[in-house]
Amino acid sequence: MSTSTTSAPPPDTQDPAAKTPRRSPLPVVRRGWRRAWRRDWQLYSLAVLPLLFFLVFRYLPMLGNVIAFRRFEPGGSILGEQWVGLRYVRMFLTDPTFWQVFRNTLWLGGLTLLFCFPLPLVLALLLNEVRRRSLRRFVQSVSYLPHFLSIVIVAGITLQMLATDGPVNHALGLLGHDPVRFIQEPGWFRTVYVGSEIWQTAGWGTILYLAALTTIDEDLYEAARIDGASRWRQIWHVTLPGIRPTMITLLILNIGTFMAVGFEKVLLLYNPLTYPTADVVSTYLYRAGVESNSFSYAAAIGLFEAIIGLVLIMSANQLSRRTVGTSLW
Amino acid sequence: MSQPTRGYRVFQGVNGVVLTLVVLVTLYPFVNIIARSFSGEGHIRAGEVALWPKGFNLTTYRIVFQDSMFWRNYGNTVFYTVVSTVIAMVLTTCYAYVLSKRDLKGRGLLVGVAVFTMFFTGGLIPNYVLVTSLGLKNSVWAIALPNAISVFNLLVMKAFFESLPVELEEAAEIDGLSTYGILLRIVLPLSKAVIATMVLFYSVSFWNSWFSAYLYMDRTELMPVTVYLRNLIAGATTGGNAGAATEQLSQVGANIQAVTIVLTSLPILCVYPFVQRFFVSGVMLGAVKG
Repeated sequence: MSTSTTSAPPPDTQDPAAKTPRRSPLPVVRRGWRRAWRRDWQLYSLAVLPLLFFLVFRYLPMLGNVIAFRRFEPGGSILGEQWVGLRYVRMFLTDPTFWQVFRNTLWLGGLTLLFCFPLPLVLALLLNEVRRRSLRRFVQSVSYLPHFLSIVIVAGITLQMLATDGPVNHALGLLGHDPVRFIQEPGWFRTVYVGSEIWQTAGWGTILYLAALTTIDEDLYEAARIDGASRWRQIWHVTLPGIRPTMITLLILNIGTFMAVGFEKVLLLYNPLTYPTADVVSTYLYRAGVESNSFSYAAAIGLFEAIIGLVLIMSANQLSRRTVGTSLW
Repeated sequence: MSQPTRGYRVFQGVNGVVLTLVVLVTLYPFVNIIARSFSGEGHIRAGEVALWPKGFNLTTYRIVFQDSMFWRNYGNTVFYTVVSTVIAMVLTTCYAYVLSKRDLKGRGLLVGVAVFTMFFTGGLIPNYVLVTSLGLKNSVWAIALPNAISVFNLLVMKAFFESLPVELEEAAEIDGLSTYGILLRIVLPLSKAVIATMVLFYSVSFWNSWFSAYLYMDRTELMPVTVYLRNLIAGATTGGNAGAATEQLSQVGANIQAVTIVLTSLPILCVYPFVQRFFVSGVMLGAVKG
């Protein structure tokens, strides 16, 4: 807004460097800190507690990752006792279970991306075509609902629906099928996981797309109609390009969380019988660290996971900036 | 308006059918769980319960209501939610207000400190070690403090503060109000909408959370109700809900799960129709900012 830049407080207290259009030479900026402090110390004081929070609960754990390279003993220093180099990294790289959970992670992450990313977009486009406003609002309200429930409840509902005496098996029985043990069979886990993920997130995912759709200029549709574009071509040439920035942003964010797929949900849905397909990197490191007390080993895996995540999101960001010109930063 | 073509009308019909299916598939599990919670165990086992309770009875509700641990855990959830939300609101509001000052020196750095944590985190193990060695285990602080600021919420709130007219604050400054005064007496009263949204965002997420408690609480009487439910669906094999592990309980296992699911989601289901609009506008506010 223009108001914030034109009406500044008395000129002597203004820091000209803060305004992009009129960049002043460096010396003014250097003198600025002391003056800024004198003028704004009350504002800075409001930031103290939040900064302390970020420092202790976000940045200290990042440093805490050094225990991946140091031997850690429970009850000892949180930064570990002595350096052991890449011992724990080598350990998990030669651990067959690690590679199995790594493969499972790629599978679950890939399937989630394949199904849970495009479905909200499709749903949003369908909703957008509904003419009756009340109907549209109703469908939206219903489809958002699962998002507001605890993941424990979602897992509980999933297990109940798929139990051997649950409705799904009952329906299969009517079709003459034998009951399927969805929860106990490794072969079913990926379907169960992705299915429940769709149920929980597809509706809520439409919200950002619907927001983006409202910003598209009606004149563009008018122009397309005059040019003789069919409904389908209007979607292709006007709607989709209009929401492309939103799509790209969401895709980048999705790719960024790829490695951390559904930690909590997997933890709630899996059991030792389904480990062969269900166990992912994050659940494995949870069991290794918290349940078996191999903190350093688990931290090494966690660091590996976080770095892959960071690399993924940064490359996705770079790629989209180069190719389509949209990026998160 | 041009005439809808025949193809378009067909599409509208198909679209209606698809969306109806979406609604049915989304709602059916809820209806079924509610029906199960009121049904007789035998009818559930036989897979007869679909939309309406069969063999209506309230025995399971009575069992759950009589379980003192359930009420204790329910109370814990309320307590944890309130404490955590208050702390989160204070910290988020303060920081969002600071970040909303466009001409504040070092603002970019302050934003960066927060945003970076969205892309890189310390990970489970260092966090666990930290919380444990700070001695926060078995207290509400283990839930409240590590989750005190959600960067997403922070950005939504910052966007809102930025949209407020600067002139008001300047006038207040000339009238001699300090920064704290401006925040408390001018900005916050104007921000009721965003504050309500944030309280909702935080309280629903704390109400729904289970993992921090599962990780940092050792004693059953400290658990929130979500962990109570988790222990039930994990088969209750660990003796997680002591005191209720009777034969009667194992007989009605599936039923008890249904009842607990219904009771745990009840508050959310009750307030949902009223708060939904808040959430939606809040998310859109964040989305428009990018």
